[in-house]
Amino acid sequence: MPDLRVNIAGVEFKNPVIAASGTFGFGREYGQLYPLSELGGISCKGTTLHKRPGNPPPRVTETPAGMLNAVGLQNPGVEHFIQEDLPWLSQQGTKIIANLAGSTVEDYCAAAEKLNDTPIDMVELNISCPNVKEGGVQFGVTAQGVEGITKAVRRVCKKPLMVKLSPNVTDISEMALAAESAGADAVSLINTLTGMRIDIRTRRPIIRNNTGGLSGPAVLPVAIRMVWQTAQKVKIPVVGLGGISTAEDAVEMLLAGASAIQVGTAIFTDPYAPLRIRDGLAAFMEETGVKSLSELVGGVRPW
Amino acid sequence: MKPFDSQLCKIVSAKALTADVFDFRVSAPQLAEQASPGQFAQILVPGHTLRRPISICGIDKARGQLRFVFQVRGQGTRELAAFRAGDSLEILAPLGKGFPLDTSKKTLLLGGGIGVPPLLGAAAALGEQAVAVLGFRSQGAVILEEDFRRTGARVLVATDDGSYGFQGLVTDLAAGESFQVLMACGPGPMLKGAKSLAQAKGAEGYLSLEQRMACGVGACLGCAVALLDEDGQEYYGHVCKDGPVFPMEQVKEEL
Repeated sequence: MPDLRVNIAGVEFKNPVIAASGTFGFGREYGQLYPLSELGGISCKGTTLHKRPGNPPPRVTETPAGMLNAVGLQNPGVEHFIQEDLPWLSQQGTKIIANLAGSTVEDYCAAAEKLNDTPIDMVELNISCPNVKEGGVQFGVTAQGVEGITKAVRRVCKKPLMVKLSPNVTDISEMALAAESAGADAVSLINTLTGMRIDIRTRRPIIRNNTGGLSGPAVLPVAIRMVWQTAQKVKIPVVGLGGISTAEDAVEMLLAGASAIQVGTAIFTDPYAPLRIRDGLAAFMEETGVKSLSELVGGVRPW
Repeated sequence: MKPFDSQLCKIVSAKALTADVFDFRVSAPQLAEQASPGQFAQILVPGHTLRRPISICGIDKARGQLRFVFQVRGQGTRELAAFRAGDSLEILAPLGKGFPLDTSKKTLLLGGGIGVPPLLGAAAALGEQAVAVLGFRSQGAVILEEDFRRTGARVLVATDDGSYGFQGLVTDLAAGESFQVLMACGPGPMLKGAKSLAQAKGAEGYLSLEQRMACGVGACLGCAVALLDEDGQEYYGHVCKDGPVFPMEQVKEEL
C-alpha cells in the first residue's frame, strides 16, 4: 500500500484529497454518505466575521464541462461556525481547514483571532471570491494587496496559514510570492475564473449576479498551468485545485507541483468523487511503483 | 442506513407520455424504501457536470421501484430522454422534504404542467381524501389523469385552450372545492393563485418550488429561495434541503 500521507505546513493529512471550500458545506451533508475520516481534510464553506445572506438566485448554472456559481459567501458567521459546527466537525477524524473571507483587514483579523483557540487545523485565507464585491478579492488581485492582507492576518493568526489565490490576475505566481514573503505557510490555487452566460431569449444573464465563478473540468488545464508556474517560484507548499474529477487529474496536479489537492465541483457530479480519486491515486501509485506522494510532486518533465 | 445515496439504477421501463414528457421506472429498492411523496432525485446525465433534479412521481416499495415523469427542458433532459429500458442511471435520492401528508384531512392537490407528477405520490397516499385539479396547456399535454383516478382521488382537469376539460385556470376550477389542506406544484403564477385560494379558504398550504441546483443535498447553497422566518425576516433558504415543499407562509419569493 503506497504512502498517501502528506504534511502541509506542519499539518499531517492522512491522504492528499481535501474537499474544496464551498462545495462541502461544513461536512454534515456528505457525512451521511461516508465517514469524513476517509478524507485528508475538509476546507469549510467560506466564513466571514458576521453572517452573510448570500446573493439572490439563480446562483448556479451548468456550462460546457463545468458550472458557474455566485453564491455570494452565504454563511452563518465565524462564531456560529465555532459554536455549532466545529464541535461536531472536529470529532470526525479529518483535518479541518477554516476558509476565511472578509471585506476589511479588520474583519479578517478579528475572525482569524476567534479561530486561534479552536480545534481547527489550518486557516485558508480566501482573498479570491469573485462573486462578492467586498468578499476579499480586492486584496487578491495585486501583489501589494496579497502581501498586505497576508501580513496582517499572519500577525494575529496562530494557526498554519494558507492563502487561496485568484486566477483572475496577470501572473498568479507573483501573488504566491507575495503571500510567501508575507508569512503564508502554503498557497492554494485556483479559485474560480470569472465567467458569464446569457439567456438569449430574455437577454438576461443566467446568474442573478450577472457574473459568476467558473469551475469544473473546463478549468483543469488552466489550474495545472498556474500550479506549475507557481510551484517553480515558491518554496512553501502549493495545494492544487480546479477541475479535478478523476485520479488521473489528481496525478497531473501533483506532477505540476501540488503537494495536495482539493476536489470541489466533481462532488456535485459524484458525491463519492473524493474517495474515488483517493483510491485511484493509490492504485496508480501501486501500478507505477511510486511509494510515496513526494515522488510525484513536481515530477513533470517539461520539454 | 444512509438517508439518501447515489446508486446505479436499472431502468425497468421508459416511455414517452407526450412529445416532450417521459415516464421512467427504475429499480432502486433501497432508495424507494426511504422515499416519500414530494421528494426528488438528482439524476446524472453522463458527460454533464451537474445532475438534473427530477421530482419523484411514484414510489413502489413492494417492487422496489421509483418512477420519474420529466419534461425535456434543455440539452441534459433531452439526453436523459434517450435512455431506454435496460440502461442504467446514477441516481442520488431521495432528497429534500416532501409533502406532509395527513389522511384525516381533505386535501386539494393543485398541479400545473410538469408540476403534476410530484403530486401523484401524495394522491396515492391520500386516496379518497384527495381532490386533484390538474392543469395543462392543451389536450395533447394532459398526462397522468388515469394514474390519479386509480388512486381513488377525485380528478378534475383544466386546459388553457379548453381543448379538454375545463377551460381556464386550475385555481378557478378548484374554487368551489372545500378542503383543509392545499398542496401545489406548478409555474409561479399558479402557485401565487394557489396561495391566495388556500388563504381564502383558511386552509393549510404547501408549495413545491424549483430552482437551478448544484449539489442537491444542502452543501453548496446554490438553489437559494427567499423565505420568511418566524419573525417575518427575510433570509435565503435552499430548495434542495429546506424544500422543495415549503409551508406557503414561509415563501417570500415573488412567485
